[in-house]
Amino acid sequence: MAELKLPVSEEKIRALKVGDFVELTGRMITGRDAAHTWLMKEFRADVAPFMKDSVIYHCGPVVAKNDDGSYDFVAAGPTTSIREEPYQADVIGRYGLRGVIGKGGMGAKTLAGLAEHGAVYLHAVGGAAQVLARAIPRVERVFMLEEFGVPEALWVIEVERFPVMVTMDSHGGSLHDEVEERSQAKLRELLGLSG
Amino acid sequence: MGVTETNTETFVELIRRASTELPADVVAALEEGRRAEATGGLAGIALNTILENVELARDISAPICQDTGTPVVWIHHPVGVSTRALKADFETAVREATRRKYLRPNAVNTLSGSNTGDGAGRGIPFVHFEEWDEPRIEVRMILKGGGSENVGTQYKLPDTKLGAGRDLEGVRRAVLDAVVQAQGKGCAPGVLGVCVGGDRVSAFEHSKRQLLRPLKDTNPIRELAELEGRLLREGNELGVGPMGFGGKTTLLGVKVGVLDRLPACYFVTVTYMCWADRKAGVSIDERGEVTWLS
Repeated sequence: MAELKLPVSEEKIRALKVGDFVELTGRMITGRDAAHTWLMKEFRADVAPFMKDSVIYHCGPVVAKNDDGSYDFVAAGPTTSIREEPYQADVIGRYGLRGVIGKGGMGAKTLAGLAEHGAVYLHAVGGAAQVLARAIPRVERVFMLEEFGVPEALWVIEVERFPVMVTMDSHGGSLHDEVEERSQAKLRELLGLSG
Repeated sequence: MGVTETNTETFVELIRRASTELPADVVAALEEGRRAEATGGLAGIALNTILENVELARDISAPICQDTGTPVVWIHHPVGVSTRALKADFETAVREATRRKYLRPNAVNTLSGSNTGDGAGRGIPFVHFEEWDEPRIEVRMILKGGGSENVGTQYKLPDTKLGAGRDLEGVRRAVLDAVVQAQGKGCAPGVLGVCVGGDRVSAFEHSKRQLLRPLKDTNPIRELAELEGRLLREGNELGVGPMGFGGKTTLLGVKVGVLDRLPACYFVTVTYMCWADRKAGVSIDERGEVTWLS
């Protein structure tokens, strides 16, 4: 398994292939439904430096606020990524992201965006909220907490050996497409349906 | 019975158990899956991570999954108990459990888009009541996550494309199609709660209620028991695998219930529960004595 430091170069990202298991260390940002619409409405210069050459994590965490005003992630697994399909490729291009972390995979538009901009889709294990929260030792800051609420805010976080699988790479490869094709074929076989 | 603070505290503990302690039957099914998958492959790594996560959550009493879902609750109560008071107790418990971080603030105002902040909202939690002859109250709940809720679906038979007629063979075809449509998006390996018949409302409720059944139980209706076994086997042959990575473990269980229907309607309703199949139960007797149910 490879360790990948964030921020990361396009070259290193292009070297990743579907099926690779990677551990991430460095700074990343969370963002989901409300965040993606917001990021595309206009260019958010205050958030942009936290996205350039890093990754966005589709995650709506459970967060505890400490007495000193700092935050801790209590539970932090990935949310379903496909909801961001209309926006993701554009968000990657506009903010210079090198990757997306989520679950369930994404569609053709994002896959093309990954190839165009030099980025990957990284699959975290859905529901593994404690294993993943343990790999997030520090919350640096938060954007849009009041407006979006805890799950939908954009949290800037430090991660340490955060485990993910490459399921869509920058060369057009998608494990999700492969598995879907195979399972569709098996279904047709089980139901005796033709092609 | 009916002392509000007592019930509320019991319900908070019920929610804590549901959110942080995965039931033994689900853990056993996940372990079985891990034994079936090759070590070092993505499916094996995913199941290892899942099982490590289950243990960690239990150890530190923190949510298994950050999407703590909708609390869906079924309460059986004796005659004369105020269901309004019980519902209020449960809502208070949801707010308290959210404050204690057993639940994420998970209720969003659909019109304004703002989060209610305290875990409760219109229709959340969803509490069903049924009166019975016993003198005790029994509360059973699931925490139903949103990712898996999104892949739940309802078919109306006949369905020409699937070659599905209005019989159990048609039901089989619809359910297997639902598994392929879901892929890994509902956090496979999942548990299916299925309802055959009913209307569009009753069927979804009944399909969710199936999720309360132990994974290894046997359906008392023989043809449904056979269907459940076959769907579990064939569902796993589809090769979707944990998280949709491919593999042998796509489903942990299939539970099929039945409701009668209108002559014109034949619904097959599928609720998909993620591997974090969070369910818990408690019985409160007439002296207020609490027994936790497995």
